[in-house]
Amino acid sequence: MDFLFAILVGALVAGAVYLLLDRNLIRILFGLALLAGAANLTVFAGGRVIGLSPPVIAPGAVAASETAANALPQALVLTAIVIGMGLMIFFLTLAWRVFAAFRTLDTDALGAAETGTRPSPGTKGGNA
Amino acid sequence: MTLLPVLPVLVPLTTAVLSVALMRRSGWRTAVSVLGAALLLAAGVVLLTTVWQDGTMAVEIGSWPAPFGIVLVADPLSALMVVVTGAMGLAVAIYAIGDINGLNARHGFHAFFHLLLAGVAGGFLTGDLFNLYVWFEVSLIASFALLVCGGNKEQLAGAVKYAVLNLVATTLLLMAIGLLYGQTGTLNMADLSVRVAEVENPALLEAVALLMLLALGIKAALFPVFFWLPASYHTPPVSVTAIFSALLTKFGVYVILRLYSLVFPPEVFSLHPILTVVAVATMVAGVLGAAAQNEIRRILSFHIVSQIGYLILGLALFTPLALLGTVFYMVHNIVAKTALFLVGGIAERETGTSHLSRLGGLYRSRPRLALLFLLPALALAGLPPLSGFWAKFVLLKASLEVGSYGAALAVLAVGAVTLFSMMKIWNEVFWKAAPAEGPAADDTGARPATLAMFGAAAAVAMGTVVLGVWAEPLMTLAERTAGELINPEPYLRAVMGGRP
Repeated sequence: MDFLFAILVGALVAGAVYLLLDRNLIRILFGLALLAGAANLTVFAGGRVIGLSPPVIAPGAVAASETAANALPQALVLTAIVIGMGLMIFFLTLAWRVFAAFRTLDTDALGAAETGTRPSPGTKGGNA
Repeated sequence: MTLLPVLPVLVPLTTAVLSVALMRRSGWRTAVSVLGAALLLAAGVVLLTTVWQDGTMAVEIGSWPAPFGIVLVADPLSALMVVVTGAMGLAVAIYAIGDINGLNARHGFHAFFHLLLAGVAGGFLTGDLFNLYVWFEVSLIASFALLVCGGNKEQLAGAVKYAVLNLVATTLLLMAIGLLYGQTGTLNMADLSVRVAEVENPALLEAVALLMLLALGIKAALFPVFFWLPASYHTPPVSVTAIFSALLTKFGVYVILRLYSLVFPPEVFSLHPILTVVAVATMVAGVLGAAAQNEIRRILSFHIVSQIGYLILGLALFTPLALLGTVFYMVHNIVAKTALFLVGGIAERETGTSHLSRLGGLYRSRPRLALLFLLPALALAGLPPLSGFWAKFVLLKASLEVGSYGAALAVLAVGAVTLFSMMKIWNEVFWKAAPAEGPAADDTGARPATLAMFGAAAAVAMGTVVLGVWAEPLMTLAERTAGELINPEPYLRAVMGGRP
């Protein structure tokens, strides 16, 4: 099971890096979302959440059963998901503002702010 | 006084909430903002004196005992960083009275400013790894909002680069935290420092430590992942750039200092030599980048990167003298860089441009401003008796003692190029005659700087002089801080209370 998790996280990170290297701003956002998903799965797998019973103490017992699921990584992942959601909302709004200001989602057009030069010839508007 | 470590987080949060409530009344809002920053500074000073007299203190949030609950730990390093946060927050809050116009302030500059202060103070004081991630995110969101405060095209472009790279950094940090939790079973930093010795596969632990170093390195602007900083720091209003340079990267450096002395000391993490290489490369790359720029804020942004290299060098050498140097350098650097940004901002405001080719003659027309620039600039370059000299001298001596001659050479050479770069700004902005042609197309109109701006810049610039001439108290504090970093017994005792 851990092996499957590792393969899955690896595939997600590979996809995320591929998207993060794209020119289109929305593809970069998708890459960030995939990366966040991979991180959440890593926390999940590292915490060994897979258990057979809920993390509650049965009546009469003193501690949770041996097969109880680990509750702490679940709390960590919930926090991370909510934080990621907030950051994605910000990034989406930023992408919308960038489109409104630059009329393109091509990140090559953003480089002009840094160096004051035009983007290199041959780069047209963003490929949607 | 057991709730004292909570104050530096509570005060800025309350100020932020009040700033939102007072969004319509600019007079009250400014007063609340400055008062909140002053209270943060006062809380930090009280915390530091309490820690100095009574030793490291820890507060268990919700009274949950230590490895299970979140603790806020105030040791000399945390308390010192909170004091510096409060001081720079106060200076920039006063500067912002003149710098931030009504539009930006109505869109929440003050609220996000204090949220940033709260996030950074919380991160300095926390003793739990996941809580640290949360405080990173708080300060990140606040910094996003501050970066686009105003919304012109340059800011949007800079914000995209800043956002993408910092989001990647925090996601990698989350991954590393999850993997570390999986290996050790705890998130409490003091407990981790005990448990890492018992991990059954130390190679995996080193891999996780490296991933964490990469994530924190992006946030702290280390080589080779620092390029987001010069791409974005020069775009927002000067108050924002000043507070970013004072706090954000130093937050990352603080976390690296804390983790790589408490949780991954050289006994556990045998790759400390990597830190030496990274530090030297950061110093050199930053200063060479600065030498190539022609705009005040871009030059200073590259210098931020270069100075970060010095801080990490002290950690890489890991002797008491080297860590003393890092702590002293951190305080000196925060004060000097903030002063430079504020003075540069005044120069930009009064002339309408920040490009070196279009500035000139400010020594003749504004001699006091020239002096206020010269003092922190020479401090940054390391001239005695200013603060930078002591900081660089300690780091140089520490690297020579260890036998790290390459690092010592880098300290000296980069200091020389820093001096060249500062003199370049001095020559172009203050010394040479003003250029004959009129304002260019993208110049903002020249307006006089207000007394608030000038007063804040003057106070911080004088701070570098005070730190240099009267360096003894900070040296003593840095010595004790370095001792507690190398031997974290007081930290462990305060958090775990003697429990196994």
